[in-house]
Amino acid sequence: MSKDMSYAAVMARKGEIMKKAVGLDYEQFERDGIVFDYEAMMTGTGYSLEDVIDIQRASCVSQTPLYEMKNLTKLARMYAAEGKGARIFIKDEAANPSGSFKVRRAAISVHHAKKLGYKGVIAATSGNYGAAVASQAAMHGLDCIILQECYDSKGKGQPEIIEKARKCEAFGAEVVQLSVGPELFYTFLRLLEETGYFNASLYTPFGIAGVESLGYELAEQMKALEGKYPDAVVVTNAGGGNLTGTARGLKKAGANETEIIGASVDLSGLHMASDEQFNKKSFTTGHTGFGIPFTTWPDRSDVPRSAARPLRYIDRYVTISQGEVFYMTESLAQVEGMERGPAGNTSLAAAFAIAKEMDEDQIIVVQETEYTGAGKHIAPQLSFAKENGIAVLVGDPKDNIPGQNIILPENPGLISIKNLDLNRIRKSYIKNALHGRLDDTLSANEMNYIEEETRADSDFISLVINELRSE
Amino acid sequence: MNKAKKNDWVKIHNIILGPEERAPQVPEDTKKVPLELWVKGYLIDEKAEIGDTVVVKTVTGRRVSGSLIEIEPSFNHDFGSYVKELAYIGPGLRELLKGGEHRE
Repeated sequence: MSKDMSYAAVMARKGEIMKKAVGLDYEQFERDGIVFDYEAMMTGTGYSLEDVIDIQRASCVSQTPLYEMKNLTKLARMYAAEGKGARIFIKDEAANPSGSFKVRRAAISVHHAKKLGYKGVIAATSGNYGAAVASQAAMHGLDCIILQECYDSKGKGQPEIIEKARKCEAFGAEVVQLSVGPELFYTFLRLLEETGYFNASLYTPFGIAGVESLGYELAEQMKALEGKYPDAVVVTNAGGGNLTGTARGLKKAGANETEIIGASVDLSGLHMASDEQFNKKSFTTGHTGFGIPFTTWPDRSDVPRSAARPLRYIDRYVTISQGEVFYMTESLAQVEGMERGPAGNTSLAAAFAIAKEMDEDQIIVVQETEYTGAGKHIAPQLSFAKENGIAVLVGDPKDNIPGQNIILPENPGLISIKNLDLNRIRKSYIKNALHGRLDDTLSANEMNYIEEETRADSDFISLVINELRSE
Repeated sequence: MNKAKKNDWVKIHNIILGPEERAPQVPEDTKKVPLELWVKGYLIDEKAEIGDTVVVKTVTGRRVSGSLIEIEPSFNHDFGSYVKELAYIGPGLRELLKGGEHRE
């Protein structure tokens, strides 16, 4: 008898499909109540940081350069108070084989899939991760399917996503494209079931372990170059894996004092699953549409428990507008001679603004860049925005309205970040973690777990629970 | 090109879920339209025309059926149109850098 392929039936088989597809039983890390043992899951990968570094080196991944952006630093200082304006450095992750840091994740996932005897790998992603998995699958001789949300109901697709499809095909992968909607996950489950391939999810402990080398490498490079660890590292935040892995790597290197700053493009007001709004945004990742939901509740991904848990590591979370990131992308090309993709420059734009607050002798690091090319470049992305009725203006980015306009700052002095209230994000996390269990008392283990997840103390957590009860 | 023959590289299209079958959490505008799928592969049928229901073999060896929409599909994305709004950035910044160390 053939299997029931309806949405409800396939979703009901989720647990069983996933278990086969990641070769990892997440049940073993579940503890009492809402608690799960995150560190046991992370060490349960069986890959130490040294193993990760060895695997990546054998896969032509990592060891990317760290450059000082002297002209951007000089520009930031022109708009900073006397003695202010930190030195800006950038880690050129575009130098990796697939053109982004995402291949650090893919290298470990593909290595693991091959070790467990899977014939192929599947990843659901419209972004750099697809190209990364395809690249590693090509290198290690595995079949690869990349599933991407690509077109709206009129068949129009973001130029950046089309380019990613091309790149995946260039590495020999099969690209399955879908129209807008969260049922991407349903199609993903069907493909896993049909092929028996490995789920090279962005959110497995293997993937996150792969990013640890980035933070570690960065710390070591800075120490060798300047004799100290960076004062701050800015990480573009979407699903949380980049931030989590980088922060863990920095800590493993001993850079415990480095401030971890998450940055997302502000797309507030746009619904990510809306067919009409899909092509109204000019960023397909690194934006608040992923950053906020994944920070306030990480376990919404394609694995039962996400290894990306940004609230455990984030010290500060800022947003920046689309126009400011486009402006900074153009600036990077024009005054530093480095042409890189816009999405990777989210943290650069934020770092430029934050550098102005910091002292001159301090160091701020932008921990990634991404490749650029046809489709994946500010000119096609701005052309596409105009075609979709978005006004492209020069002015003050404070007046930007996501989905209506993109405002390029008149001068670099207008580049500024907005600070998100981390306590509000923690409150939202606590609400999600409790699953409506507001009347129960938390066990000591559960309280301890929320403390670890949010880095808040028990007084704050109790206060929040009381607030939630009265709402 | 409207006619394809066996082993031609083609693109097919499918409806995965009709509007009425979509996930409950989908927003209203998305619920009005079906979930569609596009994939490429080598044509298995002896011959076919655009619009025919065909079977293809994808690069991973999967056999997928769907409506033939493109023969020898290619990528046409580019560097977009000239964006005049970007033109001031480079010259403006170079001017600032030449001007030296002024502070606001």
